[in-house]
Amino acid sequence: MRRIRVIPILLIQKGGLVKSINFKNHNYIGDPINAVKIFNDKEVDEIAIIDISATKENREPNISQISEIAGEAFMPLSYGGGITTLNQVKTILYEGAEKVILNTSALDNLRLVTQIAEQFGSQSAVVSIDVKKDWLGKYRVYRNNGKKKTSFAPETFAKKVEEAGAGEIILMSIDRDGTYKGFDLELMKNVSDAVNIPVVAVGGASQLNDFVEVVNVGGASAVAAGSLFVYASEQRGVMINYPKQARLMNAIFEKII
Amino acid sequence: MLVIIDYKVGNLTSVQKMLKKVGCSDAVISSDPEVIVKASKLVLPGVGHFDYGMKQLKLSGLIDVLNTQVVEHKIPILGICLGAQLLTRGSEEGSEKGLGWIEADTILFDQSKFDQKLKIPHMGWSNVNFNSDIPLFKDMPLASRFYFVHKYHMVCDEGADNLVSAKYGYKFAAGIGKNNIIGVQFHPEKSHKFGMQLMRNFITYY
Repeated sequence: MRRIRVIPILLIQKGGLVKSINFKNHNYIGDPINAVKIFNDKEVDEIAIIDISATKENREPNISQISEIAGEAFMPLSYGGGITTLNQVKTILYEGAEKVILNTSALDNLRLVTQIAEQFGSQSAVVSIDVKKDWLGKYRVYRNNGKKKTSFAPETFAKKVEEAGAGEIILMSIDRDGTYKGFDLELMKNVSDAVNIPVVAVGGASQLNDFVEVVNVGGASAVAAGSLFVYASEQRGVMINYPKQARLMNAIFEKII
Repeated sequence: MLVIIDYKVGNLTSVQKMLKKVGCSDAVISSDPEVIVKASKLVLPGVGHFDYGMKQLKLSGLIDVLNTQVVEHKIPILGICLGAQLLTRGSEEGSEKGLGWIEADTILFDQSKFDQKLKIPHMGWSNVNFNSDIPLFKDMPLASRFYFVHKYHMVCDEGADNLVSAKYGYKFAAGIGKNNIIGVQFHPEKSHKFGMQLMRNFITYY
């Protein structure tokens, strides 16, 4: 038996909560503040919020929204989207987020990860890595919401961010995102084996047993999901949900080796 | 008035937000000795490196006023995370001396003693064991769990000072205390109703 963190990951686009499939076809879910309130009432382990439109619109993080969200979140909260400076990080942490998530900035300016780790501790520096198989079937890190391929193999980039001082990696499989096909265990294992910092697996969760598998087989330290926690089922009717403690215990924690 | 001690280490707003949520409307964040001297309760938060924390506390010029208020005048103080570790004599993380208010040390998790393969830091939720006679844990919900993020943990000389324990690889002190001085390794401000109850108890019974 072992507790692992089971994290709803929420995407914000133009101020609203959305959910994607393969990083495309974003479906409007609702108001993010309201969703966080519901997740708080359900006593979720932790919550990750990523504003996927900030970088695209060349916009700074929306501090007033972060503050409002943090005011409703009496649990660990991580926030990503549009973060490019140490000062923004300082403000976001001051407003009550526990960690910041870097994606584009980690690719463009890895020094920012180091600076965050030095000033605020590595536990507050999270890097999210978006991965897709290219046409040759090789795993590659992608950027710009999965639109642009980089030359990095995921393990190589994961090691780089670990060396830079990141405390955690959120590893997203673009191919599995929103598909309910289960986690990409091979990808998760490759990266988990390559680094010593915790890897949070995301992309494809369809049932609680997928979480057990990605920890026991894929080597992940924590798990996250979007669709599973914002939709009632694969028919994608919106319903914010999260398992009760007893269910997490029986269906996940007791099966973790 | 409750003062959350601001020595430029870590996130103080979430502590204040939770204190307000549980009805402590006069919780202020301050680094001013003249404000701290008027406090009826103190909270010492903090995240990060032990030596950095101690140095910041010295730089802020608050050590003397804290010694007077906490040791002589017995003002209740709650240390959180690094703030709890600073209550000990010192840490394997650095070479600075701690406040030394509790006969305890802070040591690195000994992975050779782990009964399963686990990464450090210990980051996540753990169930805790406590003595419910201790006011800090009064009316605490069953199967209480708290959120932890740490590589180092506290060890008390006297078992009686170990108020609450948790397990990560092995059993460790999740909270220590003696009289008016308490330190918890976990983050009550990030621990839902469990943290709320603990904060409520601190403001009510201490």
